[in-house]
Amino acid sequence: MSESLTGTIMPHAPGFIAGDRPRIVTSRFEYEDSYTLERYLATDGYSGLRACLTRAAADVHNEVKTATVLGRGGAGFPAGVKWGLTPQGKFPRYLVVNGDESEPGTYKDRLLMERDPHQLIEGCLIACYAAGLSQCFLYIRGEMALAQERVATALNDAYAAGYVGTNILGSNFSVDIVLHWGAGAYVVGEETALIESLEGNRGMPRLKPPFFPAAIGLYGQPTIVNNVETLANLPWLLVNGAAAYTAIGTESSPGTRMVAVSGHVRRPGVYEIVNGTTTFRDLVYGNEFCGGIRNGNELKAFVPGGGSAPWFLPDQLDLPFEGKLVGAAGSMLGSGAIMVMDDTTDIPAAALTLTRFYAHESCGKCTPCREGGTWLERILSRIVAGNGTDADLDQLLEVGESICPGSFPHAASERLGLTAVPFPYKMTTICFVGPSAFAPIHSALTLFRDEFIAKIVKRTLIPVTAAPIAAASAAGGGQ
Amino acid sequence: MSRLTDANIKLAKEIIGRYPRARSAIIPLLHLAQEQHGHITNAAIAHIGELVGATSAEVLGTCTFYEMFKMEPVGKYLVNICGTMSCALLGSDELMHRAEHTLGIKAGSTTADGLFTLEHAECQAACTEAPCLQVNYRHRYRVTPDQLDALIVDLRAGNLDGEIPPHGTVARVRQHIPAGRAVGAVAPEDATDPPVWLSTGPSINAKTPK
Repeated sequence: MSESLTGTIMPHAPGFIAGDRPRIVTSRFEYEDSYTLERYLATDGYSGLRACLTRAAADVHNEVKTATVLGRGGAGFPAGVKWGLTPQGKFPRYLVVNGDESEPGTYKDRLLMERDPHQLIEGCLIACYAAGLSQCFLYIRGEMALAQERVATALNDAYAAGYVGTNILGSNFSVDIVLHWGAGAYVVGEETALIESLEGNRGMPRLKPPFFPAAIGLYGQPTIVNNVETLANLPWLLVNGAAAYTAIGTESSPGTRMVAVSGHVRRPGVYEIVNGTTTFRDLVYGNEFCGGIRNGNELKAFVPGGGSAPWFLPDQLDLPFEGKLVGAAGSMLGSGAIMVMDDTTDIPAAALTLTRFYAHESCGKCTPCREGGTWLERILSRIVAGNGTDADLDQLLEVGESICPGSFPHAASERLGLTAVPFPYKMTTICFVGPSAFAPIHSALTLFRDEFIAKIVKRTLIPVTAAPIAAASAAGGGQ
Repeated sequence: MSRLTDANIKLAKEIIGRYPRARSAIIPLLHLAQEQHGHITNAAIAHIGELVGATSAEVLGTCTFYEMFKMEPVGKYLVNICGTMSCALLGSDELMHRAEHTLGIKAGSTTADGLFTLEHAECQAACTEAPCLQVNYRHRYRVTPDQLDALIVDLRAGNLDGEIPPHGTVARVRQHIPAGRAVGAVAPEDATDPPVWLSTGPSINAKTPK
């Protein structure tokens, strides 16, 4: 160890639940010392890098493209395709690793950074080699102290052992990985905001299109921004090959995915699941997963893909965890986060916890989000507090319409006779923070309108007459 | 007096040297200043501006965007209670009420003895372990109101000093890139040719021993 921790070492981040399933990114989680270089090397660590260095960069890139490694950060864009979007002949190119995990409900990148930091480092090296990226910046969310310590230690050890830096493993491949850390801003998880933040600025998203980071990114250069989990897949892929990777999961969604299931379930946890085939029913009710709703309660609704995603009802339980199918059903998979609400849940209050989050996290660049998010939070707050009026419900939808014009995606419901409106939506903002403030309100209001109406105060109009004033002036002597 | 110390200036220069543009070091240097002083002072803002070649206004602009940077003194322990959905579904309101009651302050303020600052926080990436909180960005999981009281007693008694450094220190391990292994910052104007491994192909063969 090049530098050891002072004080007590904190226990591992809890939450991960293993099962009898293929494991690509969590294969070392059972070891208490999974984060050390010793354990990493003893469990085939850095073999993917070694395999990669014997092949031409274009060949490695093709392997990743063939495997269709979908981005795990939210948008689900294939990493191999993304790497190919850099303009020909323009150098240097950079890699920025998005470790700014902060989407409500999402809990996977922190586990991967705390418990297997070398796997992430190896993934970064493979990406840099394959896509010809000259320097890597590993951006970790500011509030994740342990992840920063674990990754810093791992980087120090990897440098000392010759896995990072100049002439890696004696080859002509040289790259620095610079650990960078944020300071608390959800919006920085958006890739252009991440780049702004890395340049030392306020973390506000850049307007795109026309230019995406792959063309004009960090310091105006071609930049690949990849999520932690996406990169963590690469070492296994390079050792086992694209054919083995695509043998797991489905054609459109190969491999595995980390999914965090939280809320009112018996056994909340983070699971590595087979991509594309596992259904929401498996995840919520399956004995190898959450084992059903707490206290034997009924499921009321669930958020299938992080706080930004439109909600699902029990009607959607049999959908598999697959991007296209979930999109057609009116929501998205986002960053692999399911939040479950049972029948005791106060729906408007639950929606408020999410809307408050996005209103709070608006960076203020786009007016519909800055103003609209605040309005949505205020109106919903007064409804939840019992001070709302009938007009407030329409007002919520009207404000939402200014952020997302047209029909907003929602789930089908047999009970309400609704058919699904597919994802995505139109938006008047640069990034998804604004629409995300509206998504929980739209879902809650569309699927559970009764609960909002029940909170509206019915005021009785008092007829205005001259009598009380006349009486008052008589009594008070009128001055 | 609240400019960076000599040791931190040395560290700051090392950090700046890793980036193609010095301004990229603004956030790491603000963390360094906060670690040194517990919060960010105007003198530190000016000093960071000098070090990276930015105006004080530019550094201040960056500083005020990020929630972790405190422009006023906060307690030795910053207690952040998560209130986003998964935690809210499992009792974070109750936890916050208890914290306010036990500490005798409202969220957003600091105890008179300067030990505790209480904040309502947003999602801390521990959603399966709700309700959760952080003390100086160290997680505590599935916290009951009584456990929260016990935690406050422990913090007050200094029992957790080994695990939880005072506010300002986030990671206690720093990255150090050894001079002999550093590639160095790759600036846009310095490396306009394709990297060597792209143009010349693989340079170790499969038989290279481990």
